[in-house]
Amino acid sequence: MSAPKRPTGLSPRRSARRIWAIFSKELAQLRRDRMTFGMVIMIPLIQLILFGYAINTNVRDIPVAVVDQSQTGISRTLIQIVQATQVVKVTERLPTPEAAEEAIKAARVRAALIIPADVDGRLARSSSIGLGTPASTDEETSRPVAQWIVDGSDTMIASAIKSLRAMPLTEVFRKAPNRSTPTFEVSLFYNPEQRTAVNIVPGLVGMILTMTMIMFTSAAIVRERERGNMEMLINTPVKSMELMIGKIIPYIFIGLIQTAIILGLGNVLFNVPMGARMLDLFVGTLLFIGSSLSLGLVLSTLAQSQLQATQMTIFVLLPSILLSGFAFPYEGMPVIAQYIAEVLPATHFMRMIRGFVLRDAGLAELHKDALWLAGFLVIGLTLAALRFKKRLD
Amino acid sequence: MGETVITARGMTKSFKGFKAVDGMNLTIERGMIYGFLGPNGCGKTTAMRMLTGLLTPSAGTVEVLGMSVPRDAEALKYHIGYMTQAFSLYGDLTVMENLKFMAEIYGIEPSAQKGRIAELLERYELTELSDRFAGKMSGGQRQRLALAAAVLHEPQLLFLDEPTSAVDPESRRHFWEQLFDLCDAGTSIVVSTHFMDEAERCHRIAIMEAGQVRADGRPQDLMNAMGASVVELEGPTLREIRRKLLTVEGIVSAAQLGARLRVLVSKSISDPVAFLTGRAETAGATLIEQVRPNLEDVFVTSTGEGRQ
Ligand SMILES: Nc1ncnc2c1ncn2[C@@H]1O[C@H](COP(=O)(O)OP(=O)(O)OP(=O)(O)O)[C@@H](O)[C@H]1O
Ligand SMILES: [Mg+2]
Repeated sequence: MSAPKRPTGLSPRRSARRIWAIFSKELAQLRRDRMTFGMVIMIPLIQLILFGYAINTNVRDIPVAVVDQSQTGISRTLIQIVQATQVVKVTERLPTPEAAEEAIKAARVRAALIIPADVDGRLARSSSIGLGTPASTDEETSRPVAQWIVDGSDTMIASAIKSLRAMPLTEVFRKAPNRSTPTFEVSLFYNPEQRTAVNIVPGLVGMILTMTMIMFTSAAIVRERERGNMEMLINTPVKSMELMIGKIIPYIFIGLIQTAIILGLGNVLFNVPMGARMLDLFVGTLLFIGSSLSLGLVLSTLAQSQLQATQMTIFVLLPSILLSGFAFPYEGMPVIAQYIAEVLPATHFMRMIRGFVLRDAGLAELHKDALWLAGFLVIGLTLAALRFKKRLD
Repeated sequence: MGETVITARGMTKSFKGFKAVDGMNLTIERGMIYGFLGPNGCGKTTAMRMLTGLLTPSAGTVEVLGMSVPRDAEALKYHIGYMTQAFSLYGDLTVMENLKFMAEIYGIEPSAQKGRIAELLERYELTELSDRFAGKMSGGQRQRLALAAAVLHEPQLLFLDEPTSAVDPESRRHFWEQLFDLCDAGTSIVVSTHFMDEAERCHRIAIMEAGQVRADGRPQDLMNAMGASVVELEGPTLREIRRKLLTVEGIVSAAQLGARLRVLVSKSISDPVAFLTGRAETAGATLIEQVRPNLEDVFVTSTGEGRQ
């Protein structure tokens, strides 16, 4: 009998067919995994709504206590003005500063305003009213009108209350404020109303994609092993690189769908601009999806079980949230943390998407980040293909 | 015939010092069904994995279809089919989807795919099941699907690792008929089993134990050349006779089969019936006669305690 002739060399057409076979198989399996399929839609939807509404760095209505030791018309007006800023909300009135400290310790309030008995006199001499410019050495007139004691453990709340330090008190005397000339004039570009959602929503695309993309592919190879399909699969002529590419293509579409959900809904619900750079956005997102997927594949060749794959995903996810500039400004981090952040695809994507969506920047301005992601994608894919051995030992 | 498809010399696989396969020599000729017969853990699967290039031998040389394994394992993959011991197709894909997947992976031309798949569905009685999820099928149905997938690309050489362990006797007979059809069409087959009746159907077998080949050859030759004679006894006190006989020099084994006691007597005793009839240990036996050996007798004499 003569052996049926089967090709053994490289053939792009056959390669493409095998990639297509892996792709369709992954898609069929994904379609039948209702839970995972649901998560693809639900994760971005729910996270967007949670983050968009719940996370707000413009702090308002901090519960505070008031210790009014003067009980005069002036002190009552002072309390009203403080409340009118909407930064704080008076929830308790206490007789002594000690009682106020107790209330802070018990977390009933975050801060307390102590108004001294001689508030009237202090106020009359206070420069903050603007009755005249006091000599800089004049101790009497530079005494503050009242005192805040603050639970400083949450820096965001502390700085919100600190911002009240220079609050104008002209209301008290219905006088025009002392308009001294500011040293700097500040113009806010790109997010003039200072809405948190404008910064959060594009960042959320980076976070959700990091999480879902790495999670899906980190399980991709190890799942074949756990379900017992590996021995059959490696006995076929499929090549490592074909397997890797076939496995990531379905998730590229999923990543794009998730991005569309977040940006589209962010636009409708939170009025976050999409920007005019649609093509740049598309290419940048594609690069980020690709690099996250290839990172997931590398993890998948390292993991021995799906549980380990999940653990490794979290290991990458946490620094991506904390160091990429999503949670804290990149510039404020120590140099070491910045180096780590530079390695993570999320950092580069965060810079890119905020640029595209908020600042009308394009790939031309952000080409360094785009190149990094492209390099990451190629290296990750190659590494995964090299690490994946068609052997059982 | 005469052309070899598999040659292995000193094929060995150690797992952390433990030799799962220990210096195995094999010569398998084209066109035959070759059986690996042996108990659990004797190294059948490990041997097959080395022959298919999935495991790297720790020592020895392996040549399959003229290609050196594992070096040429990738090129070999187009020419061999492998049905794994555990079902390894996709449980969440249908019969049709699984076969289509394999057809694409093996590069079968789209024009030829449909016909080939339909032919296999028909031959292995899967046509009605083509939309069924593989994971939701019975053991026998899954086995037929696995065989269909393994032969889809018309391999010259087929490896089947305990293919019938989840299958009823009727289906097993049927399955073997299909193997002979494949064999008749020119496919060489290596099959592992721990069933004697299956081993007896093979053209040649290797009896394996603890990673080593204890005996190999045609089943009939092995039975003829067996180092023991087989004698069967009848009587009311067979359990007692058995206990006593096992202490006697020259008795290889004794096992009860229903109302009969099957005793293997060493070939060194020239007249086994006379040897047993005159003894005190066989008192109470109503019948003592010599019978033809079967493969199980060969297995017992070449492995374990009975090894000679
Ligand atoms: N990957 C491995 N690591 C360590 N030991 C292994 C490995 N694979 C097999 N073994 C050991 O090698 C021996 C032979 O295993 P193998 O699976 O080849 O036996 P088998 O003859 O196929 O048995 P069965 O009839 O139960 O399928 C066993 O003792 C097994 O525990
Ligand atoms: Mg086995």
